Amino acid sequence: MERVLMKGCEAIAEAAVRSGCRFFAGYPITPQNEIPEYMARRLPEVGGQFVQSESEVAAINMVYGNAAGGVRAMTSSSSCGISLKSEGVSYCAMARLPIVYVNVSRGGPGVGTIQPAQQDYHQATKASGNGGFRMRVFAPATVQEAVDMTYAAFDYADKDRNPVLVLADGVIGSILEPVVLPPQKTEEEVAAIKDSKSEWAAVGHQLGSRAWINPGGWDNILYENCNKDADAMYQSWADEAEAELYKVEDAEVIITSYGISARISKSAVDALRAEGIKAGLVRAKTVFPFPNKAYDAINYDICKGIVDVEMSIPAQFVDDVKIAVDGRAPITTVLRSAGNMLSKGAIIDAAKAML
Amino acid sequence: MEELIYTKTKTIQPGKSSGFCPGCMHDTIIKLIGEVLEELDIADKTISCTGVGCCGLFMEYIDYDYIQCAHGRASAVATGLKRGNPDKIVYSYQGDGDFASIGLAESISAANRGENITVIFVNNGIYGMTGGQMAPTTLVGMKATTAPKGRNPEEHGYPMHICEMLDTLTAPVYLERTSCNTPANVIKTKKAIKKAFQNQIDGKGYSLVEIVTSCPTNWGLSALDSLDYLEQKMLPEFPLGVIRDR
Repeated sequence: MERVLMKGCEAIAEAAVRSGCRFFAGYPITPQNEIPEYMARRLPEVGGQFVQSESEVAAINMVYGNAAGGVRAMTSSSSCGISLKSEGVSYCAMARLPIVYVNVSRGGPGVGTIQPAQQDYHQATKASGNGGFRMRVFAPATVQEAVDMTYAAFDYADKDRNPVLVLADGVIGSILEPVVLPPQKTEEEVAAIKDSKSEWAAVGHQLGSRAWINPGGWDNILYENCNKDADAMYQSWADEAEAELYKVEDAEVIITSYGISARISKSAVDALRAEGIKAGLVRAKTVFPFPNKAYDAINYDICKGIVDVEMSIPAQFVDDVKIAVDGRAPITTVLRSAGNMLSKGAIIDAAKAML
Repeated sequence: MEELIYTKTKTIQPGKSSGFCPGCMHDTIIKLIGEVLEELDIADKTISCTGVGCCGLFMEYIDYDYIQCAHGRASAVATGLKRGNPDKIVYSYQGDGDFASIGLAESISAANRGENITVIFVNNGIYGMTGGQMAPTTLVGMKATTAPKGRNPEEHGYPMHICEMLDTLTAPVYLERTSCNTPANVIKTKKAIKKAFQNQIDGKGYSLVEIVTSCPTNWGLSALDSLDYLEQKMLPEFPLGVIRDR
């Protein structure tokens, strides 16, 4: 397989196009501008459409309309821009529209900083809009993973008829790394995907068999049943949670993290092992569904503690870690925020302090 | 032998009724749109992108494709839908709160891009569904639940004239303001709606019909008195006619 050197944002955009994405709407915000810029030149080459929207609000609603018409559609933004999309994402969830969106996250709250951060964890995994819906949320730690997860995200979105979020960060979006790109779907395959949605998509129907893209209304029984169906789907995902377990079996101290923080954590594990300290890593690749079972692989008879590592103050990921660990080991945190990078040394020190 | 002289448009589900208040003109407009879709033979490839408010009440009874949009976003939704399905007929149906207040950015931007869509903008000068709050189009002195002493220009500014605002843009091809207050105006409104759809079929670009209507319930008037109010107060502020036709 041919490897090419690509910047994270551009690789994400190319993966989307190869997965059959034929519509992108977005609004400029750092550090994700290379996604809309790439789409502006790439989508016309494959017969797709790019719209620079007047706002993030408009972008997600254009994606709502485009996905309602059966096309694989995507938008992207960063942190405060993602907040503006929350209305439209919630509408997609209720109307059961398959969309993919990417958060190349930066500092927060508020306008925050333009540098990388992981301050949007709870927003991404627990409340990406009003109404308590859930989405699959993928957290890449490399550009290759960002590519693979974005490519798969469109299949998951179509399978579930639900939004899917790729939760990246400013490092993954900006870094140049070698990647193997997935195969480009043929125009026949892209057309077949659209055709497969023609029964429910708003593409015109004979009178009497209309499509109705419906994000809510007055029928309280109908919409409670919609919520029950959605809840059953969310629960069905539990076994599909993904995690990386690295040197966990004999570990006396576990470092746990996700995304770019996990990558720094992995190098800390190697450094600790080089010193003879039995450290291991549990890395969440999906943050919803959360990989609770991965934490059952830890040998709690010998594990003296768990170090939660994330680029967020206050800590957020740790709340899910606590549920997964369920009191079986003490947990401490190593945190940075506002665009300040974690240091391997701080993680190593925290791990040693647990022993 | 019986002669059929009138029948309900087939775009309305059999046995369904509108549910709008007495004197409301929404059901007239929905009927006119349906007749136009039938006459142009496009009902089976038309999708309505509908705003939030009373304008959304017809979702229960029309018989062609329908997307319920978030409040104010129908022009953005229509943009996305039409871009992905250029051979389909896409229209947005939006009230004054939806189009001219919460959705103003999406509304103007879609017009400015010259999206090849049809927009039906229904202006009754007030928020209907939520119970009579002040709209951008509320007349000076007109009472609303959130302007109990009437719209005061010093505090609230003046009514917004959407067609005239859009007329400052280069891209729109057709802008007309009509009403449904008389049989003659209903016929003119139907002609305007038909033209706005024909423009889309012909690929000409953005067309908007603003329809000045009454809201007897929230104006606090009988259906008949609201027609007088519309004639005497609304139409001088929102004069009818073709603003642009290219």
